[in-house]
Amino acid sequence: MPYTTYLVEKGASHSFVAEAKPPTVTMPRIKALMTGSLPGFVDVIRNLNSPALLEDSVIRQAKAAGKRIVFYGDETWVKLFPKHFVEYDGTTSFFVSDYTEVDNNVTRHLDKVLKRGDWDILILHYLGLDHIGHISGPNSPLIGQKLSEMDSVLMKIHTSLQSKERETPLPNLLVLCGDHGMSETGSHGASSTEEVNTPLILISSAFERKPGDIRHPKHVQQTDVAATLAIALGLPIPKDSVGSLLFPVVEGRPMREQLRFLHLNTVQLSKLLQENVPSYEKDPGFEQFKMSERLHGNWIRLYLEEKHSEVLFNLGSKVLRQYLDALKTLSLSLSAQVAQYDIYSMMVGTVVVLEVLTLLLLSVPQALRRKAELEVPLSSPGFSLLFYLVILVLSAVHVIVCTSAESSCYFCGLSWLAAGGVMVLASALLCVTVSVLTNVLVGGNTPRKNPVHPSSRWSELDLLILLGTAGHVLSLGASSFVEEEHQTWYFLVNTLCLALSQETYRNYFLGDDGEPPCGLRVEQGHDGATAAWQDGPGCDVLERDKGHGSPSTSEVLRGREKWMVLASPWLILACCRLLRSLNQTGVQWAHRPDLGHWLTSSDHKAELSVLAALSLLIVFVLVQRGCSPVSKAALALGLLGVYCYRAAIGSVRFPWRPDSKDISKGIIEARFVYVFVLGILFTGTKDLLKSQVIAADFKLKTVGLWEIYSGLVLLAALLFRPHNLPVLAFSLLIQTLMTKFIWKPLRHDAAEITVMHYWFGQAFFYFQGNSNNIATVDISAGFVGLDTYVEIPAVLLTAFGTYAGPVLWASHLVHFLSSETRSGSALSHACFCYALICSIPVSTYIVLVTSLRYHLFIWSVFSPKLLYEGMHLLITAAVCVFFTAMDQTRLTQS
Amino acid sequence: MKDNDIKRLLYTHLLCIFSIILSVFIPSLFLENFSILETHVTWLCICSGFVTAVNLVLYLVVKPNTSSKRSSLSHKVTRFLKCCIYFLMSCFSFHVIFVLYGAPLIELALETFLFAVILSTFTTVPCLCLLGPNLKAWLRVFSRNGVTSIWENSLQITTISSFVGAWLGALPIPLDWERPWQMTVERKRSTYRSLHVPCRGLGTVK
Repeated sequence: MPYTTYLVEKGASHSFVAEAKPPTVTMPRIKALMTGSLPGFVDVIRNLNSPALLEDSVIRQAKAAGKRIVFYGDETWVKLFPKHFVEYDGTTSFFVSDYTEVDNNVTRHLDKVLKRGDWDILILHYLGLDHIGHISGPNSPLIGQKLSEMDSVLMKIHTSLQSKERETPLPNLLVLCGDHGMSETGSHGASSTEEVNTPLILISSAFERKPGDIRHPKHVQQTDVAATLAIALGLPIPKDSVGSLLFPVVEGRPMREQLRFLHLNTVQLSKLLQENVPSYEKDPGFEQFKMSERLHGNWIRLYLEEKHSEVLFNLGSKVLRQYLDALKTLSLSLSAQVAQYDIYSMMVGTVVVLEVLTLLLLSVPQALRRKAELEVPLSSPGFSLLFYLVILVLSAVHVIVCTSAESSCYFCGLSWLAAGGVMVLASALLCVTVSVLTNVLVGGNTPRKNPVHPSSRWSELDLLILLGTAGHVLSLGASSFVEEEHQTWYFLVNTLCLALSQETYRNYFLGDDGEPPCGLRVEQGHDGATAAWQDGPGCDVLERDKGHGSPSTSEVLRGREKWMVLASPWLILACCRLLRSLNQTGVQWAHRPDLGHWLTSSDHKAELSVLAALSLLIVFVLVQRGCSPVSKAALALGLLGVYCYRAAIGSVRFPWRPDSKDISKGIIEARFVYVFVLGILFTGTKDLLKSQVIAADFKLKTVGLWEIYSGLVLLAALLFRPHNLPVLAFSLLIQTLMTKFIWKPLRHDAAEITVMHYWFGQAFFYFQGNSNNIATVDISAGFVGLDTYVEIPAVLLTAFGTYAGPVLWASHLVHFLSSETRSGSALSHACFCYALICSIPVSTYIVLVTSLRYHLFIWSVFSPKLLYEGMHLLITAAVCVFFTAMDQTRLTQS
Repeated sequence: MKDNDIKRLLYTHLLCIFSIILSVFIPSLFLENFSILETHVTWLCICSGFVTAVNLVLYLVVKPNTSSKRSSLSHKVTRFLKCCIYFLMSCFSFHVIFVLYGAPLIELALETFLFAVILSTFTTVPCLCLLGPNLKAWLRVFSRNGVTSIWENSLQITTISSFVGAWLGALPIPLDWERPWQMTVERKRSTYRSLHVPCRGLGTVK
């Protein structure tokens, strides 16, 4: 950018490095620039659908002062400030793959509007650079082109402003700034240095400098822009701004004006402090402000008396320093103010979550019994007394806390009915927990007397599952483990596969004493060792009856099938390894080249097309076997539609039309697929309902469940980006392999199968390219088949697209367990285990985050993970409801 | 008899640990710029060589397995060759497992392979020394309660703890250390090994 560099180094400009606070997403950043306040993390969710900004902002003040504002660029501005612009042209930012059109949309207005000159403020928001970052990262050759394009735009504006300046009395100000930076991967949202540091250049003829005057860019806050702009435009500073005036900007003005500006800013900040802090008078910033105000008064008196200019100057600079100090302290204490936590509400939430978790944990032995009954004792008078007492205590605490609360509190802000409901829930849960606990303690003696059946001894697999879950939960306390959580899951899944392979080997080689086959000797020998380490030193003493693999199974399975059983863990391992190299995710290694990037680059479109078609074919082959003929046809057409959709939006191509230029949004194709998805889901539901009416028809229910499952697969195929289609295909492949060769022959119980499904679901969540970082959510899934942004379907589709892995594995679990008829209570066991295994990490994480709330990375690492966990919990709740519904139908049948 | 065995077992383990420690210090006398952290590749080679040598020497000296009645030379040679083939195969299969666990396929292949070699020297070599290239015996030792002598028991425990150490060595990978992961794993693993061996050795004594 030669022109900009010239301006920064020699021209009439001031340049700064403005530090943006995370989340570095567009909407909160625009808010920060215009209001000067610090937007929270909730704004990330609102980033997609920005509601109108109600707070005070520079734009609102300018509008109130009758300034005419013109805006071209990112649509977010128009949504944030509706009716504020006299003229605007919003460019929607959701076609991330497009980086020329979005900028041409802005530039095409430029000549006209510069010539016209009937505006006071012109805002341009160029999107192209951000989009290039999203597509191909910061090292893309496209970046250079884009930057020189931006340079020419800047030059055009600057020369036009300079030529105009002769006619107007006041100088113009040209501000060049970025809303956020770009990480190593070209994304943004987190808080790495590259994402947080943004340029800020103020160009105006008022900043003329003498030759040799070198101005080094200072580090400032992004929130300072709002205050500076307001002062430069002669407007009141926005009410909630915590920024301080960029002092170099006004340095050229006379002393009196400088002091006046600083005074304005400190008055605004101290007003804000008065509103937010009850004990504001003791704040050091406020004291400094009072002091400098007094000094300022003295100076004014001197000034009016017109004493010696030297005395005046000395005193003036003293006042100036005082003001700047006051500003700094005020700004700091205000920023710290924002980071205060609503402890009371957090505590209430944590307590409720912990109570539920304890209840679940306490009922483990009861729920996993043969009968799977979970009765909750409620009706003893002692407990109802306890219940009322707890309610009374809680409401008393509530009243005390809320009346004495200093800062705003979410829970106190709730209506009395809602708060009362929460309190009733909390105390009821407490009572139930206590009663279950007493039951366990009192009744604990009876079951202990009859010894546990020897076959229920823990195998290595159970030990691995327990240790793995515990290890994962513990790892959530460290920020780098949260960042790289995918590694934990990959590692656990791999170990699970090795343990499974050890189990298969033991069943087939030690069960019958036949000569071990030659080809697998070494691996076999090692795996015996590899997985044998799962058992502690105490375990191998006791005799363990080989309950899982009775000799009869190994006699039935001979020849090829046996080989498949032995090889399937290794096949699964190989699949996982391939998927792992498809999407590099996380933080540390996210910039490594991966297959996904290779495929999405425009040179490899043919390979991508072949791969996508192949994966769709595999999906069809694997899914169709359980379907009825009608839905088979629907599935085939639907998958064809998926390919057509991807071809229509230009990410893959047809062999007979190698270079089609017409890129559309593919709305018709996508809606075509939606019809089939709904059709398949509908048939599935119909079958399920029918199976409930005709009690004997068990097979119908299995078919219905499979159809629902295949409908979900089709939806996932539509929403996944083409380079992620192999993830779907491999997931189905692994499910088939596991079902056929591992779970059925080895006869795992429902709890083990559930945990394995959960682990694989989590691993596939990361195989899709997700991470615990907001930036990796693929929002384009929310716009498939939609013309404009419609909130509810977009949110639902994005959620499904993101959590497709866990959801698909969970629905496969339902189908698998209900198709296996060996144990009646398998489904309810599975439901319980699924709820438990999902809630343990979440509740531990909530406690951890609450205790780590002053951690350095709380906003950049822990909060996004909390959002993910919350979303995951919602999904899990939906899955559990589905489970219970299925279980209900089973109960009505029997 | 048993006490005698335990004493010999203790000495072999102490010798093994001593050889690992020696492999850290001795090369610095002969090689320039030698340190574990910077020239870890060389160190790995030397370490695995030392451990193999110590194991072989111990096998020849102690001879816990007094089954070598057939002493024809050709038989010995085929036995030795078979052992070598088994060792190589174990190295390669470990390498495959590491790659499946996520080690990069092409870059750092040498490090990964050396890790496989050193893991084999800690696991396969003692097995080969003690049990010979006899898979049935291996299966017997590594299945539950198939252990017949204290030597086999110690073998089982050291092998298993080596695997656990290697497995646990992956824990620091996600931490923010800008180092190749194998290095971390190896260092961690060797500390685990040196921790585990005496512990387990003492455990078997009791």
